[in-house]
Amino acid sequence: MTLIRSLRRLLAATALSAVALSAAHAEDLTIGFSQIGSESGWRAAETKVSKIEADKRGIDLKIADAQQKQENQIKAIRSFIAQGVDAIFLAPVVATGWDAVLAEAKEAEIPVVLLDRTIDTPDESLYLTAVTSDTVYEGKVAGEWLAEKTAGKCAIVELQGTVGSSPAINRKKGFDEAIAVHAEMKIIRTQSGDFTRAKGKEVMESFLKAENGGKNICAVYAHNDDMMIGAIQAIKEAGLKPGSDILTISIDAVPDIFKAMADGEANATVELTPNMAGPALDAIIAYKKDGTVPPKWIQTESRLYLPDTAAAEYDARKDLY
Amino acid sequence: MNRRHLPLLVTILVFVLVYALCAAQYPKMLSFRVVGNLLTDNAFLGIAAVGMTFVIISGGIDLSVGAVIAFTTVFLAVALDSWGLAPGLAFPLIVAIALLFGAGMGAVIHYLKTPPFIVTLAGMFLARGACFLLTTDSVPVTHPLYGTLTGFYFRLPGGGRLSLIALVMLGVVTLGILLLHYTRFGARVYALGGNAQAARMMGIRAGRTTILVYALSAGLSAIAGIVFSLYTSAGYSLAAVGVELDTIAAVVIGGTLLSGGQGFVLGTFAGVLIQGLIQTYITFDGTLSSWWTKIVVGLLLFAFILLHRILVYLSARRAAGIAAGGAAGVREQPA
Repeated sequence: MTLIRSLRRLLAATALSAVALSAAHAEDLTIGFSQIGSESGWRAAETKVSKIEADKRGIDLKIADAQQKQENQIKAIRSFIAQGVDAIFLAPVVATGWDAVLAEAKEAEIPVVLLDRTIDTPDESLYLTAVTSDTVYEGKVAGEWLAEKTAGKCAIVELQGTVGSSPAINRKKGFDEAIAVHAEMKIIRTQSGDFTRAKGKEVMESFLKAENGGKNICAVYAHNDDMMIGAIQAIKEAGLKPGSDILTISIDAVPDIFKAMADGEANATVELTPNMAGPALDAIIAYKKDGTVPPKWIQTESRLYLPDTAAAEYDARKDLY
Repeated sequence: MNRRHLPLLVTILVFVLVYALCAAQYPKMLSFRVVGNLLTDNAFLGIAAVGMTFVIISGGIDLSVGAVIAFTTVFLAVALDSWGLAPGLAFPLIVAIALLFGAGMGAVIHYLKTPPFIVTLAGMFLARGACFLLTTDSVPVTHPLYGTLTGFYFRLPGGGRLSLIALVMLGVVTLGILLLHYTRFGARVYALGGNAQAARMMGIRAGRTTILVYALSAGLSAIAGIVFSLYTSAGYSLAAVGVELDTIAAVVIGGTLLSGGQGFVLGTFAGVLIQGLIQTYITFDGTLSSWWTKIVVGLLLFAFILLHRILVYLSARRAAGIAAGGAAGVREQPA
């Protein structure tokens, strides 16, 4: 009897210590992510990549899709606080109105990381850090690539994003800065294509007609890949070869532009990475481990992609979008 | 205990059951923090739903609720920040505007004999459109009073908060219960929804009651809008899209008959909390798509519509049975 009892005790003790060991070993973090919704392919990719990145690090990521409504995001954040998560990620649908709920998170000592967009607040201590891309820099990378490719001599047509939207303003600004140092690089025509394929094609058609059937155009710069895909269509229909007769440079790095690059119809794209969660997770892990406070702004890499890796990149991305 | 109260009882039972199930899986849901959150996060919905309860019991519908909430938030943002109006002036002003707006819709419904669906649909477009006249941006409200009001709360055990807007909602629900069940006006609303013709013959001035009902709904929507504006500290023309449908769902889940004549404010309150509970559960789970909220609410609606039909059928049968048996007086008429 006593033997069995002590055996049992031993077993229980081993099981307990095993539990204690594994608890000490794993990161054991739970993070709540209040996502805006799934309104675009990029947004859906961001959600998927976040899950993958969290799994990689053994973190339990709880995702709440707000269906584009701020009230749903506030509710989700409050629920995360009630759950006692270790950190909260927030991709804010609008810039304002977060102070009260973030103050609650702060009071509960739950760090908040902003993903992909920032907020308007007088109190910057409400969030630990923001992980976003630098849209001005994206335009700059695009401009610098084109300057190098054409040895600083090129007549450019530009397809702008939605008028007044911040990525359109910033991507134009960065590109203009990059080509300003080259006297023989000029934007000869610029118009908005509203970030859509259909408008991109339409505007490119009018550019081609206006510029001697496209013979005067050396390159086209589009503020996003979707407009470029429309423009490539227009160039082909005009009997020219996109990628060689007219060079292309655009931003976002969606799967379809890689397909175009693999087919030799596009030259380059600058990535707006959907992986905002990766750097955010690393920042939180470091913060939880030894209190390392990350910089207030973590800028994601704006990588330039060229046709040589296009086929592989397409395969890697096609399932995310 | 009346057969009429059965839907209310079922709603409260469903709420308790859902909460018990949630708490069994996530013990942290059984905390004052979650209770406080439920009340705060659903305050605007609860307030608007009280108004909707009156409208639906009177046999109507009000589709302008969400648009009035949005207009209120935009109006307040512009009035407080751009025009420099004092909140003490802006709050009553927007409620007065909404009351007039609702009274206008009620008058059109009654005097032009137009279905409420169409009139309030027009009201919805008008109110939503009027937001864009003021501003299309999301405007932050920086008035210091907002900070004071949002910072005001009673601390509940376990880090929970009973916020000011939650208190406003509880107050509106209490007043709604008193108004509907203990006043003449409430009795008229029931009579109007039960049988408008009979009500008129009984000497109830249908026009006045209709106008008052829609004014009440719009006025409460404006109060919901003030609460919403405190909740997000911003005015946004696309805020609260579809909230009217959420309130209708809460009212029906709360045991109010969509054809009018029967219903309870307390049931609506439970209906609002059930919706909030489902949302909370989905966030706690963290892997379910948030669209499950809509699916569950849809299923609940179907279940309650079914329940109503069964009750109506049963009471009709009983009434027929009583009549056949020659018993004196029919206690309950099916609505």
